Amino acid sequence: MEKTWAELSPSQKREERFKRWLSPPGVTFTSPQAEKLYKERVTRFIKAFTLQKPDRVPCILPSMGLYAASYAGTNLATVMYDFDEMKRAWRKVLHEFDADTYVPPVLVPPGPSLEAIDYKLYKWPGHGLSKNTLSYQAVESEWMKPDEYDALIRDPSDFWLRTYLPRVFGAFKAFTQLQPWTTFEEIPGATFIPFGNPEVQAGFNAIMKAGTESLKWIAAVGEVAGEAMAMGFPGVMSALAKAPFDTLGDTLRGTQGIMMDMFQRPEKVHAAMERIAPIAINTAIASVNNAAAPIVMMPLHKGADSFMSIKQYETFYWPTFKKVVMAFVNEGITPVLFAEGSYNNRLDIIGDFPKGTVAWYFDQTDIFKAKEKIGDKCCIMGNVPTSLVMTGTPQQVKEHCRKLIEVCGKGGGYVLSGGASVDEGNPENMRAMMAAVREYGVYK
Amino acid sequence: MSGDFVNLMADLKEEELLALTKKRLEAKEDPQKILDDNTKAMAIVGKRFAGGEYFLPELVFSGELLKQVMALVTPHLKQSSAKAKKIGKVVIGTVAGDIHDIGLNIVEFMLDVNGYDVTSLGVDVPVEKFVQAMKDTKSPVLGLSGFLTPAFDAMKETVEALEKAGLRKDIKIMIGGGQMDDEVRKYAKADAFGKDAMAAVSLANKWFGVK
Ligand code: B12
Repeated sequence: MEKTWAELSPSQKREERFKRWLSPPGVTFTSPQAEKLYKERVTRFIKAFTLQKPDRVPCILPSMGLYAASYAGTNLATVMYDFDEMKRAWRKVLHEFDADTYVPPVLVPPGPSLEAIDYKLYKWPGHGLSKNTLSYQAVESEWMKPDEYDALIRDPSDFWLRTYLPRVFGAFKAFTQLQPWTTFEEIPGATFIPFGNPEVQAGFNAIMKAGTESLKWIAAVGEVAGEAMAMGFPGVMSALAKAPFDTLGDTLRGTQGIMMDMFQRPEKVHAAMERIAPIAINTAIASVNNAAAPIVMMPLHKGADSFMSIKQYETFYWPTFKKVVMAFVNEGITPVLFAEGSYNNRLDIIGDFPKGTVAWYFDQTDIFKAKEKIGDKCCIMGNVPTSLVMTGTPQQVKEHCRKLIEVCGKGGGYVLSGGASVDEGNPENMRAMMAAVREYGVYK
Repeated sequence: MSGDFVNLMADLKEEELLALTKKRLEAKEDPQKILDDNTKAMAIVGKRFAGGEYFLPELVFSGELLKQVMALVTPHLKQSSAKAKKIGKVVIGTVAGDIHDIGLNIVEFMLDVNGYDVTSLGVDVPVEKFVQAMKDTKSPVLGLSGFLTPAFDAMKETVEALEKAGLRKDIKIMIGGGQMDDEVRKYAKADAFGKDAMAAVSLANKWFGVK
């Protein structure tokens, strides 16, 4: 009898998910050739992630974020509102770079939705930033006060709805007047009253509007994503997840706040991270289950070398981060751990995962050292310097890639990529990266 | 009492430090002495940071302790007495379009505890503001911070504007932060790239002729 999903071992789950990635349900390829290329590309990534030798080193171009906008001669301000322009720009990149993978415009947030709810956590071009800015920007602030840890720990959903969201959604300002929804019990009467408040009602209307606008947006994104798949370009990330320390440090308390809390209320920080971990896990797994690629991308922020000592990292950052990563591994999902900044002082501990189950993606870490220290256990990715991609010539870029491929590519388990993504820059430098993997990255 | 105070602060012992501050004020000690001790303690914090013993959390927390001590001491201060002699003036800021200030603040802190009179212009600083500040302060050293790729151009434009204003030849410019490196230094035509806050101090020391 066939085993149920829950009965499968982590490696069986991984197998199943990889199979699904190789033959995604519901995709009709434009030609047998497209299907063949799709399978080749996916196989290339699977082999690299699982520490085998693919046909050649795979590559993820640093131009996969918001680059398409500037490349197509438009800008973020336009494509966040004009979804036809968005499709045009992203199609141009799809057709003009013969890459190993493709990222549809999911990273372009829908402007009308953000406006509808009056979003304050981000600024975007034309909304707090000048019209021609290439990227949106997170606004770091003390969105959660130091004395609110207990409320977060007691009931995160309630904290989100009545405390946090009213601060970051201008339209939800009046939601502070709501009672917890658990006050609905038995036959309710007075419990309805706050929902009669016109300001509260305006909040509900606003999020309904955001929903309607987002449906238009996802239809456009889906159109391009579908075309890319049909042409044979696989996606390589289906969800984002954060380390619990970063959720607290980026989104809730801010850098200053979290660093103070490490001294003034460390036990609360730990309790809050334990509470946040399952939320991060469940949200990402749900997204992956809806997509083809069984990959979760985890951008890591405030555990980098310059943020804390190795001791602080081991105490505050690593335990709940590892818990989240292992939950993905046990579900057969491959996490791509993006170490922003440098992780040179973490190399002795970060390889502590079952062999071939996670990929470490490095920004400024000494990647040759990383290969030496963790290359036998984890796939490594990176790290053509952004400065080179932006200011160098195609020849210089290609030459740098050659060195990376020779050292990091040895024996497999390596994906060539940029240190961070770029929003503009010479497209020939991206093509030079593809040329490098084709010329120097072939395994004999 | 003064030695204890310096150690308590440098070791980040919040409760004991504040208790001792109150005790010293009640004993009618000259508040200026407490300020001098603050400076000594911060110099130790800076040394420990440079030595890799302290990291960002300790810097942030020491800043908070300093604020709390100052809140207690300020009401007892008569007039601000003569300021400690500084080596020289340095202007720093994060270039236009970039709002990263964590690295900038560390650079400010380290320059300050190493004896510099630092003017920080903050983040997202327009070119004209840098030019104006260099004119106003007559500072011979400028530090540009930036973490983003668009900051490459902002740095270049800042350097060019200083050239245009005829100030460039009298100023040494260092850059640092996030995605910066020596490639960007060449691109922006700055004088030096520094990889961390200690590098900012050694560059300033070199340019001011401090051994
Ligand atoms: C924290 C952070 C943020 C915070 C900033 C909070 C704040 N108050 O500063 C927030 C969330 C606001 C943020 C926003 C954004 N960020 Co950001 N951010 C980071 C992160 C994780 C850490 C940077 C940091 O502060 N490090 C801590 C410092 C202390 O470390 P350090 O660099 O080693 O510091 C030393 C040196 O830099 C040096 N130094 C600094 N300045 C100077 C100056 C001189 C003269 C000298 C000599 C030395 C020197 O001294 C410092 C102390 O030793 C980096 C990734 C990373 N880890 O580097 C991304 C990163 C810089 N951000 C990035 C991006 C893309 C953004 C956003 C566009 C993202 C978004 N969509 O919101 C916005 C842009 C906002 C803007 N316009 O600036 C990218 C940049 C990539 C690129 N191609 O440009 C990075 C590299 C992440 C990545 N890998 O993709 N970010």
